[in-house]
Amino acid sequence: MIMVYSEKHELTLEMLGKGREIADKLRTELAAVLIGYNVQEKANELIKHGADKVFLVDNQALMHFQIEPYLSILHSLITNYKPETVLIGSTRNGKPLAARLATRLQTGCIPDCNRLSVDERNRLVCERITYGGNAVAKMTFKTKPQIATIPPRTFEKLQPQERSGRIIKFDAKIEESKTEIIETKPLQVSAVRIEDADVIVSCGRGLEKKEDTALLEELAQILNGQVGNTRPLAEDRKWFTEWVGLSGHKVKPKLYIACGISGVIQHVAGIRDAKVIVAINKDENAPIFEVADYGVVGNLYEILPALKEALKKQLH
Amino acid sequence: MNRIIVCLKQAIDVSQLKVDPSTRQLITAGAAKKISDFDKNALEEAIRIKEKIGNVEILTVTVASEDAKTVLREALAMGADKAYMIMDPSFKDVDTLGTAYILAEAIKKIGAFDLVLCGETSLDSFSGLVSSRLAELLELAHVSSVRKVSVEGDAVIAERALEDSIETVKVKMPALISVTREINQPRIPSLMMIMKASKKEIVTWTAADLKLQKEKLDAKIEVMEVLAPKTERKRVKITGETAQEIAEKLVKALVEEGVLGR
Repeated sequence: MIMVYSEKHELTLEMLGKGREIADKLRTELAAVLIGYNVQEKANELIKHGADKVFLVDNQALMHFQIEPYLSILHSLITNYKPETVLIGSTRNGKPLAARLATRLQTGCIPDCNRLSVDERNRLVCERITYGGNAVAKMTFKTKPQIATIPPRTFEKLQPQERSGRIIKFDAKIEESKTEIIETKPLQVSAVRIEDADVIVSCGRGLEKKEDTALLEELAQILNGQVGNTRPLAEDRKWFTEWVGLSGHKVKPKLYIACGISGVIQHVAGIRDAKVIVAINKDENAPIFEVADYGVVGNLYEILPALKEALKKQLH
Repeated sequence: MNRIIVCLKQAIDVSQLKVDPSTRQLITAGAAKKISDFDKNALEEAIRIKEKIGNVEILTVTVASEDAKTVLREALAMGADKAYMIMDPSFKDVDTLGTAYILAEAIKKIGAFDLVLCGETSLDSFSGLVSSRLAELLELAHVSSVRKVSVEGDAVIAERALEDSIETVKVKMPALISVTREINQPRIPSLMMIMKASKKEIVTWTAADLKLQKEKLDAKIEVMEVLAPKTERKRVKITGETAQEIAEKLVKALVEEGVLGR
């Protein structure tokens, strides 16, 4: 059995997409775990997205995610049903959950896998970026159950379809939380997800003023894309709250235009899956040119307006 | 509050790491090492707590397969009172569970404490599992992704940065807190602090000193390969007399790639 869980519903659906492929290859069943309060109605959606079974744990005490209660439920489920593989969503809450589950079960955990496959010996092979983007590690497990964590938007969810599946209500002894939530303040999260963008026009330290992002906005608009940025513009200059890169968003657009971006390895790790990368930079020795398909050595303040005009001509 | 334990990893400085272009292997032998950035944030936070409430002993614990004294001197210069280096060549292949086990046994041997502070993840392997595993082994309350802490009596109030919210939690000590890089800007020790630190003690323990069970150090993960990613990029330079000419050539190339248009 392959068991899938994330406290984020959308991420569970994405993992079911990949889980279905692996379960079919290994001729085993795919189960989703659904934990919360009044969450029954989501069970059918999990089946429609590929689950053969849904383990439902519905209890008022489970209204909010807290690690010990959720951990104890997953631990009982795993010791009862003995899945060989467990996929957990790699979120800020999910990763500690996976790590502690793996510790309680004295087993291995491979975090933040961006590729999963089954090799000729039917082993689960996980790939993850490591050494700050300098390397990709391919790993497998020596012990079972094997636990891997999957970041959001790594895999595609399946098209929902009517299929049969079983919903199993599971009752577990719930461990008490050792922490008390005093307050939860929702964050303003932008509605558009940069991971979904087909085109990203991105800026780095070569951009002199925040207002100059208008140059990129215009270009993004013509290309029907979005504007991105590097970590220094967020962390050091505080112009943005998010960034593209290893520690931020990992993107996979058809076209990535890097403007005034030097190309440190942590940034490059976040754009590795782009189909075409264009780099515009004043410094001909900037490392970004090593990982770009098309490089322009020049001042972005001259190139971008010209590019805008050329694109307008082409696209209209 | 009497004692804070900070877990420090001696990590490879990934910004200085070199790759052998013919084999795509990382050249880790002789690579520069330093305290993992996130752990430095944890240490800085411990020092700030001490500065606020006073009379707190700060101990650091490091698991290493080779000598880490040079980087531990920096931790002592920053303000740690004593460093514990758990070193054994047999630690070379331990994974996250083994590392957490060694840390847990070392912390048990050290004795009573109020807080364990860890970095959320490490600079080189970037797994982010060890602090959670340690909390589980020590049966401690754990608060992760912490970007702000304050000590209030026998409890800690911690602010967690989640994907879509900021969660404030209260936890009674003893507890384990793992911090993000947002939490602070670690200090750079002055020459005076560096000189003072040379008198501080670095305690070295081996696997035998901790009576570690060998089978608990066995890796649960098999690393099949670690290679620099292939860069199969075209690396075409677009040149021209004017910005306009360059832009037009670039657009033409992008049309041929089929990445323009909706």
